[in-house]
Amino acid sequence: MTARIGVVTFPGSLDDRDTRRAIKLAGAEPVALWHKDKDLRQVDAVVLCGGFSYGDYLRAGAIARFSPVMETLIEQAKSGMPVLGICNGFQILTEAHLLPGGMLGNDHLHFICRDQKLRVENASTAWTADYEAGQEIHIPLKNMDGRYVADERTLDMLEAEGRVAFRYVTGGDAAEGHGNPNGSLRDIAGISNEAGNVVGLMPHPEHAVEPLVGSGRTDGLPFFTSILKKLVTA
Amino acid sequence: MARVVVDVMLKPEILDPQGQAVQRALPRLGFEGVSDVRQGKRFELEVDGPVDDAALARIHELAESFLANTVIEDFTVKVEEVAEAGK
Repeated sequence: MTARIGVVTFPGSLDDRDTRRAIKLAGAEPVALWHKDKDLRQVDAVVLCGGFSYGDYLRAGAIARFSPVMETLIEQAKSGMPVLGICNGFQILTEAHLLPGGMLGNDHLHFICRDQKLRVENASTAWTADYEAGQEIHIPLKNMDGRYVADERTLDMLEAEGRVAFRYVTGGDAAEGHGNPNGSLRDIAGISNEAGNVVGLMPHPEHAVEPLVGSGRTDGLPFFTSILKKLVTA
Repeated sequence: MARVVVDVMLKPEILDPQGQAVQRALPRLGFEGVSDVRQGKRFELEVDGPVDDAALARIHELAESFLANTVIEDFTVKVEEVAEAGK
């Protein structure tokens, strides 16, 4: 028996199909979940995927956070169910206060779409165990509201507790995917909660799981094999 | 009926690139002497019935939980006098 991983579709979600595909490629069973349905269909983990849920009206993720499916998800995430938020999913997780800080518009005010270099800072979360700490990966990034902000105290706490899960790799050639793409504080690309079961990041691992498409690499696949291993051996 | 206005602003320490873009455009339009612009959101709530303390408390809760994200934004709530015709 393999693990069942849910993918929530909100009105305006874009990457639900790609995410289900990535889950399947990793060997788990993808389960489609619907925003209006409180029932999580007995999944073992959930991915909140990218897109523009509810048109990003008010703030990115602000309205999705109050949808029926989130009621159950918030409760279960607090009791340990693994949840991964990618892009809009990350924004929803900060709006739901499952992850600290907030997401704002890119500092350059433009939509950005490119392959981005990240460094995996924490390889001990539920979603990153198949990476090595310090490993650099190259996966697509596409967003308008990707600027991670939090107060200094929160940032210091995240650093001290090893909860900065991913950082943009800076100091190299922008054409090679280096640089902070959105003005995120301390080059933070993704973070985790205290327990490590909830992880959010802006770039898109689900678009980098097959050599043929996306970034042409499979650098994103370990997200999905990490969680599968964790669930199957649990 | 009364109108309650909720103003939401980014916290002062958070960079506001939209406000900066507006500020940078001002000299081109002949406006000098504006050193900083910050852009926020204004919500106008038309409330049925009297805006008493209980109603204001509910609106405050709504602003705190939904209209503003208090991790990154501050908000104010104020009752606006509506000039009603025929009064």
